[in-house]
Amino acid sequence: MRFQGKNWKFPDDVDADVIIPARYLMTTDADELAEHVMEDIDPGFSKKVQKGDIIVAGANFGCGSSREHAPIAIKAAGVSCIIAKSYARIFYRNAINIGLPIVECPEAVDDAEEGDEFEIDTDEGWVRNTRTGKSYEVKPFDPFIQDIIAAGGLMEAVAKRVREQGRVAE
Amino acid sequence: MGMTMTEKILARASGRETVEPGEIVEVAVDLVMTNDITAPLSIREFKKTGLERVFDPKKVVLVPDHFVPAKDIKSAEQAKIMREFAHEQGTIYFEVGRAGIEHVVLPENGLTLPGQVIIGADSHSCTYGAFNAFSTGMGSTDIAAAMALGTTWVRVPPSIKYVYKGTLPEDIGGKDLILHTIGLIGVDGALSAAMEFTGPVIDKLSIDDRIEMANMAIEAGAKTGIFPFDELTREWMAQYSDNPYEPVFSDDDATYQEVIEIDVTDLRPVVALPHLPSNTHAAADIHDMTIQQVVIGSCTNGRISDLREVAAILKGQQVHPEIRCIIIPGSQEVAKQATREGLTDIFLDAGAIFSTSTCGPCLGGYMGVLAEGERCVSTTNRNFRGRMGHRNAEIILAGPRVAAASAIAGKVADPRALPVAAI
Ligand code: SF4
Repeated sequence: MRFQGKNWKFPDDVDADVIIPARYLMTTDADELAEHVMEDIDPGFSKKVQKGDIIVAGANFGCGSSREHAPIAIKAAGVSCIIAKSYARIFYRNAINIGLPIVECPEAVDDAEEGDEFEIDTDEGWVRNTRTGKSYEVKPFDPFIQDIIAAGGLMEAVAKRVREQGRVAE
Repeated sequence: MGMTMTEKILARASGRETVEPGEIVEVAVDLVMTNDITAPLSIREFKKTGLERVFDPKKVVLVPDHFVPAKDIKSAEQAKIMREFAHEQGTIYFEVGRAGIEHVVLPENGLTLPGQVIIGADSHSCTYGAFNAFSTGMGSTDIAAAMALGTTWVRVPPSIKYVYKGTLPEDIGGKDLILHTIGLIGVDGALSAAMEFTGPVIDKLSIDDRIEMANMAIEAGAKTGIFPFDELTREWMAQYSDNPYEPVFSDDDATYQEVIEIDVTDLRPVVALPHLPSNTHAAADIHDMTIQQVVIGSCTNGRISDLREVAAILKGQQVHPEIRCIIIPGSQEVAKQATREGLTDIFLDAGAIFSTSTCGPCLGGYMGVLAEGERCVSTTNRNFRGRMGHRNAEIILAGPRVAAASAIAGKVADPRALPVAAI
């Protein structure tokens, strides 16, 4: 898939608590969660983020809490893709599972200035900074993870499997 | 080629002879856990499969603990979704009044055993590594998939060996050790790896102290934190569980990504200043940092041994007049035991509050949320911005002794200086 948008830049170690504070976790409604996305690291983010925008972040993005509400809020806020130096592992799995596109590309993050526009192709495995014209290779997903993405998310893959096992009628 | 204990558990659970770091394997799970925040999402995702039953209700456990007893209508609705699902499916479930914080309740009920694969929709599910299990946190959807399939996928982590040497000072506990370690390696110092805690100091460390350390492996970015199985583990398990189990042992020629030696002889009680658990200092080096609140409890330090340490310091003392000291037992069992031992009276007489078991303030839920500009010493595990309330509040992480000393002093205090500071 290909994405294009301007970026909002965040530092290292953005934790799941600042992405979506626990005081909003009494719901699983994506749009309600999106209203508070990034509130404790960038108050007002949910107002200024536009559909298709990209998050560029440092290392260990999404660390801490396992709350899946974090990638759900980011996705529902309209963010099309995240480029980070690295992800905390639970966030990484959650993003894949719910279909929020993420890529790992430390060099692109280092060179990025907030507001730069990026083009990202997750199938071909590259990102391009439109301002500087510079292209970067991204680490491809493991084939196992590509299968989850191709299935449309983890539960779609699981649903298919339990049908095949005959545990659920076709 | 030898294997680490983590690799052995994952090999066994995936039905293979050997596994190597980096490989993705599908493993059978022995226990799948979710709580009142993460369960509603898991249940919604589980229903998408069309399945009527979870793979094995005796291996699925739901624990309401974050916002219960319900703090408001919305949290009551979430807890209701999980309660109804638990009853409908016949899963293991711990109701308010017979429950507490998941990572305290599960071990107490003998549900977390050596050699098992345990996953939970809660990042501190790495806690059970204390018992020589492979345990790790995941998101709600991963847990939904495991509830359906009875399996999950795991990328075999590289193992990093931490060897604790020297003489452990008497007043240094698991919390000090793990904070000190995170301070050394950073919050992504063990990213996606298995931390293997070993060495002569660990051999003598109590199970509760091991729990505190495994619990916070996630704060170094680790997938899991695991301890060797030994006589102490055996005794502990005999006390809490009749279920059979099969411990694992690392081979002498196992491969480690890194071996890190840590000498603990000179360690002083540790605190982590805002806003990262890696921002560690000796409590004694922090002068005149006034606070407004102290929280003692959580899945890290809400066990009876923690409350005993706190009571020993608070006994006959008074909480500083400007401090709110909130003590929360990790479970109903802990609360009962604390009452039997007379600890409850010590807390109440000292001017602290002693509540029912809940996560409550640990995640800024309720029962002690911080206002703007307030500062809190807390025995919880995260001091991220906004974690316990307002984004401009500050959290200082510490072990129970430092927390108790600070409650008396009204500022960050070293328990070693107490006879002077307390008066
Ligand atoms: S006590 Fe805190 S860290 Fe532990 S499970 Fe509850 S909210 Fe999470």
